[in-house]
Amino acid sequence: MTESTPLAVELRGITKRFPGVVANSDIELRVARGEVHAIVGENGAGKSTLMKTLYGMHRPDEGQILVDGREVHLRSPNDAIAAGIGMVHQHFMLADNFTVLENIVLGSEPTKGGRLDRAAARRRITEISDSYSLGLQPDVLVEDLGVGDRQRVEIAKVLYRGARILILDEPTAVLVPQEVDELFGNLAELKREGLTVIFISHKLDEVRKVADSITVIRRGTTVGTADPATTTARQLAEMMVGAELPTPATRDSTVREAPVLRISHLTVPGGVGSRAVVDDVSMTVREGEVVGIAGVEGNGQSELIDAVLGLRLPAAGTVLLGEEEITDWSTRRRRERGVGFIPEDRHRQGMLLDAPLWENRILGHQTRPPAVKGAFIDRKAARTDTSRIMREYDVRAPGPNTPAVALSGGNQQKLIVGREMSASPRVLLAAHPTRGVDVGAQSVIWELLKDARAEGLGILLVSADLEELIGLSDTLHVMLRGKLVATVDPRQVTPEVLGGYMTGGHETSPAGVA
Amino acid sequence: MTVLRRLGTLLLAPALAVLIAVAISAAVMALLGVDPLQVLSVMVDLGDTPSQQITAVVAILNRALPLFLAGLAVAIGFRMSLFNIGVEGQYRMATIMAAAVGAAVTLPGPLHVLLIIVVAMAVGAIWAGIVAVLKVTRGVSEVISSIMLNFIALGLASYLLTGPFRGSPEGASTVSTAQIPESGRLGGLNGIFDVLGLANPPRQLYGFLLVAVLVGIVVWVLLQRTRFGFDLRATGLSPSAASASGVDARRMVVKAMLLSGAVAGLIGLPDLLGRTYDYNTDFTSGLGFLGIAVALLGRNNPGGIALAAILYAFLDRASVPLQAASLPSSVVTIIQGTIVLAVVVANEIAGRITRRAAERASRQSSGPPPDDSMTTRRVPGVVSEGTP
Repeated sequence: MTESTPLAVELRGITKRFPGVVANSDIELRVARGEVHAIVGENGAGKSTLMKTLYGMHRPDEGQILVDGREVHLRSPNDAIAAGIGMVHQHFMLADNFTVLENIVLGSEPTKGGRLDRAAARRRITEISDSYSLGLQPDVLVEDLGVGDRQRVEIAKVLYRGARILILDEPTAVLVPQEVDELFGNLAELKREGLTVIFISHKLDEVRKVADSITVIRRGTTVGTADPATTTARQLAEMMVGAELPTPATRDSTVREAPVLRISHLTVPGGVGSRAVVDDVSMTVREGEVVGIAGVEGNGQSELIDAVLGLRLPAAGTVLLGEEEITDWSTRRRRERGVGFIPEDRHRQGMLLDAPLWENRILGHQTRPPAVKGAFIDRKAARTDTSRIMREYDVRAPGPNTPAVALSGGNQQKLIVGREMSASPRVLLAAHPTRGVDVGAQSVIWELLKDARAEGLGILLVSADLEELIGLSDTLHVMLRGKLVATVDPRQVTPEVLGGYMTGGHETSPAGVA
Repeated sequence: MTVLRRLGTLLLAPALAVLIAVAISAAVMALLGVDPLQVLSVMVDLGDTPSQQITAVVAILNRALPLFLAGLAVAIGFRMSLFNIGVEGQYRMATIMAAAVGAAVTLPGPLHVLLIIVVAMAVGAIWAGIVAVLKVTRGVSEVISSIMLNFIALGLASYLLTGPFRGSPEGASTVSTAQIPESGRLGGLNGIFDVLGLANPPRQLYGFLLVAVLVGIVVWVLLQRTRFGFDLRATGLSPSAASASGVDARRMVVKAMLLSGAVAGLIGLPDLLGRTYDYNTDFTSGLGFLGIAVALLGRNNPGGIALAAILYAFLDRASVPLQAASLPSSVVTIIQGTIVLAVVVANEIAGRITRRAAERASRQSSGPPPDDSMTTRRVPGVVSEGTP
């Protein structure tokens, strides 16, 4: 790793903009040959965008990509493959009813006289399998393979095409611990043979175990590199979350006595045969109170929000809005009675992208003025009120007739926040309210939430941004595997302690636990 | 100005599609050794005398009526991303039931017609409702079940026609249901030709035209102006966003399918009430499938569907004069087929153009915060209508 050998991959000042999604700005990445280089960052930090750039799935607006010291222009994945870059996707792209051999050669089949040359294919695959200890059986059907084996087939597919640089997108997300160990064994083999691996993850412990060097991404840009040998998981987490962000802190308590939302013993079943995704959760949100839910994503937070909104049927438990039990109410009735909603994925649950802004203003408020007069839509009033929201909440767009898809993520989010606030809800379900928005929009949204809280709004806040959670919350619960495992005082807790609870590290109660 | 521009972008895709289709068809004709210009001149030649021309226009309108209703029925489904291929079966079932009920009862004039219409709509809705119930309770794709139900409907209709509902004597060349009595028939609208001072053609303009126009307006208002229509379109644009906004997606599927089926039930009535007065083995078929093409070409908008239906009817009418001029009448089918292909492509292209224009406009405006004047500004080509 001396300066004389060219780097396997170098990115200089990569910037990628597109409307509606967080962009990459000024990415700097240096990956030495023959190392496992990890890229870590929160969900939505821009890791996938970056990897798509490197794999030629879209072209950066600015910046240079250098492979082995030479600048390359990647217009398509084919260009990336030609440059020796291969990608193993998080979601396998294999044909189940084909054999391992057929899957590996699919798309670049060796032919003899116009027919698939199975003998040649088998030779190459056996060669690859032996030299990297992948243990492939070429004639087994992929549908008969386990997840770990499928992943090895994906890796072999990339190697078969001559890749010297492998991108692995969240490879451990689908694996059980033993399979993770096997994968790390494979990666060591690849490294020994001189291949370069770029490993994307947000699981800090794994990253420290397998990586030779680490680059941290936050809010679309690289914030630094770290040496896994000398960096602790806590330090990495701090880099991921960031300390110099505008502070969301609210210190004067505005919590009143009257509860607006009471959840008791709520249980939401998972799929057939799996455990409950929300398991016996009880909590209370009072007027003027922000109740935060911390947790690694996928531990039941989304399902909890869905259940409170009436999108998922609970198996047990009750939900009370004020004094009324709403457990059996339809989503519409809940929303009419004052449940506001900022969804975690605004494109999926919060907007009609192809519809104009004024129609998006109506969405979720179809039964209430100003959008509606009796059974009819009041287009004029909806347009006027959309203009008001755009003005008051600083939504930057040409006008109410602009389709939502044309707005940036931050402006879309401000429209959603404005729309929900305009209906004066009693309780607001805010899931990742500042995800994927720029720093400016983020502080605007934080101010709006604080103002609403001061006016007596109860907020149930789910977020992956620990600073946001600690700063905004009056009460903070930690959710793990569907259960509330701890309740901490946000005035005293640190992101490190919180992180410990989120991963199940702490079982005992240190100081600061309420 | 802005309205014109909006209209322009709305019409851009269909106009483009028709042009492409005509060009492709012309190329095919040239390959077959047929003179495209001669074909075109035969197609646009409506007749020599005013009477002949009016007759041709009446023929086109009469043909366009069922196509319009079929397009409308399909478009209601399309608006919420439901692919109702079962319109064919729905109108066949509806028509034979309506014919049988209409022939079996005797009621005073308007009531008799109303009963027939209600029966047709109800049967169409029930037939479509089966698809909806299968979808929301068992998760069966509406495409599969509605195709299957088409076969069942055709089989059932022929059984009913030859069995219980048979009204024609043994050995007649066409098997038919019993005739609907005078009170259950809808007179023609030829009176308006006298009012307009035009030649009164021998053929009657279907009185059902008025019903169809009314249905078109009601559907437009329902989809574009009501809460129900908003919910329906929102579900079509994003089912997940719609349910988060409080729309019961399953109930919406049922409602949309029932509505689509009810309109589909009307498709056979212009012919039934205005010309044949019975359902028979020669009854017009294939309207349900043509409806899909008409809805696509009309971009799921009642106005557009009306234009598309008239275009299709115009093309259909041309097949007889083409045969008379010993030119291949299959040209008509080629043009109709290529229109469908071209319109899918053109819709996509036009959608991208308008989207890009809107994105550019919004990027430009990202500088200063919006002010009051924004309310009157319009972005060219903002189309709130969803495309399937």
